Amino acid sequence: MKIEMKASGDSGLILVFGDSISMETNNRIRLAAAEIEALGIEGIIELVPAYCTILVVYDPLKIGFEELRKRLEFLEESTGDVSTLAEKRKKCVLPVCYGGHNGHDLENVASHKGLTIQEVVEIHSDANYVVYMIGFTPGFPYLGGMDERIATPRLLSPREKIPAGSVGIAGSQTGVYPMQSPGGWQIIGRTPIRIFDPERENPALLSAGMVVKFKPVDEKEYLEIEKLIDEGIYEFEILDEGGEACEENQN
Amino acid sequence: MNSKFLMRGERPVKKIRIENPGLLTTIQDLGRYGFQKYGVSVSGAMDSYSMQLANMLVGNSPGEAVLECTLAGPAIEFLDECVFSVAGADMRPLLSGKRVPNHGSFKAAKGDVLRLQTAESGMRAYVSFAGGIAVKPVMGSKSTYLKAGFGGFEGRKLKKGDCLEIGDSDFEFESCYVPEADACFCGAKEKIRVVLGPEKEMFSDEGIRTFLESGFELSNQCDRMGYRLDGPAVMHSDGADILSGGITLGAVQVPGHGHPIIMMADRQTTGGYSKIANVITVDIDRLAQMRPGEKIRFEEVDPVAAQELLKRRQKKLDEIERGIRQGKMAYGSPKEYSVRLGGKNYEVSVREAIGE
Repeated sequence: MKIEMKASGDSGLILVFGDSISMETNNRIRLAAAEIEALGIEGIIELVPAYCTILVVYDPLKIGFEELRKRLEFLEESTGDVSTLAEKRKKCVLPVCYGGHNGHDLENVASHKGLTIQEVVEIHSDANYVVYMIGFTPGFPYLGGMDERIATPRLLSPREKIPAGSVGIAGSQTGVYPMQSPGGWQIIGRTPIRIFDPERENPALLSAGMVVKFKPVDEKEYLEIEKLIDEGIYEFEILDEGGEACEENQN
Repeated sequence: MNSKFLMRGERPVKKIRIENPGLLTTIQDLGRYGFQKYGVSVSGAMDSYSMQLANMLVGNSPGEAVLECTLAGPAIEFLDECVFSVAGADMRPLLSGKRVPNHGSFKAAKGDVLRLQTAESGMRAYVSFAGGIAVKPVMGSKSTYLKAGFGGFEGRKLKKGDCLEIGDSDFEFESCYVPEADACFCGAKEKIRVVLGPEKEMFSDEGIRTFLESGFELSNQCDRMGYRLDGPAVMHSDGADILSGGITLGAVQVPGHGHPIIMMADRQTTGGYSKIANVITVDIDRLAQMRPGEKIRFEEVDPVAAQELLKRRQKKLDEIERGIRQGKMAYGSPKEYSVRLGGKNYEVSVREAIGE
């Protein structure tokens, strides 16, 4: 399969795997990233996977553009059989307390779509979301696979402060705010889990290719989990089998 | 929590105190790599050439953390004796009232105050301390990541009264300097060189021409994240947006309005605007020293040529470092010359004076 390789300045090479968001492209990117990493090519500093590209950041003092391009040509021959991936999609379960002071806009979303609050929660927490990429701010996951039945436009005027852990909807996307920031998403709930914590040994909980599932919890459970996290004894719910991820809704 | 990280043995802890923080003073090293896939910006010194010179002059490894000072510099009180150096923009540094030149190393006594003034030229000055700044690395780097609020000193710019610890150094002090000609790699070259792409096909031929042949001006919206340019609109052929993807240092994004943005040290890791070109690494240093209102023109080079330039820059840095370590660049160390006057040979020894 044809892969386009482009120079991104003198220290970056972009691999282009397609031009639309799809599970197939995402699978090819996961596979290619694993294959490149397995080669351990001297001079590659890091890989930044995205919707349909991988940015290869490299040190030109160690490997030149043409040499790196040649070393990566094997990817075109690669069969793209995802079943050979050593690392299956991992699934991260995030407990979410929906509505109330944790999710001011849950009613908005329900009334916008003519659903009950309960229906919105069920639809949102029923799906398996694929992390297509992390970007924008540290740990922010671009999730695919939200049900169009709960798609709701952004707020007309963004809020100045959205607390860390807030779960929101913007158009047909859903996501979690890793840190407090301004934002215009419809906030429907909040997770006590810190999906990004610079002080933790592994600062980012999520990475591209993982699956995220939201699990409704009540206020009491939320506080209990928060307490365990503060004490440093909470165990993240990360399953080895990602299960059936939802295909991206075409929109 | 920052304390005692670099401290070993019985040596006393050295400290400096910020008497006046200046406009924007942060701790930076060469940046935080390896975490862009988690959305963590690289950060690091904007002018990494000057930053490395400052470190070499005090015997540090080139990538040690320094203070990056912006336009109006800080005043720093030395609570202990310490060797320091200033490189980059000329902020006319004064050590307890006495002028000390850039690109030299000097020893401050306990109680001395180093005052950096408003930059006469350039935008960013780097202050290094022998032993480095002893803050705890976060994800492998001491760089301050302002937007996310971590790294450096409490994840923020320095303010009055902040006390920083200085690490141990076995640097045997000898006042060194780097000659003016080596103080920057490219000198006063007029054009900023770029590699075209990665999305140049999204621009019309006229758009590419406008970009390469017109002059632009740095707008007032220029900071560590990016530089917005004023000038003629660079036109796309069909749409400005792409699916978000990784961004390299110096990437020139062009949103739908056609006004380019150059992505700098604190850039976000991914972006959805098409990129017409990418500033080459060796010219980022010069860009880092430019001010709002300055004119800028671009010139195309291929990636291989850009990489050759980067190798030359590294070779020069290595030579300077070697020179400093071998004592060849010490102030006051005599230089020997043979002179022939009136048919006779003379051996003369010349010693450069410190300061002005």
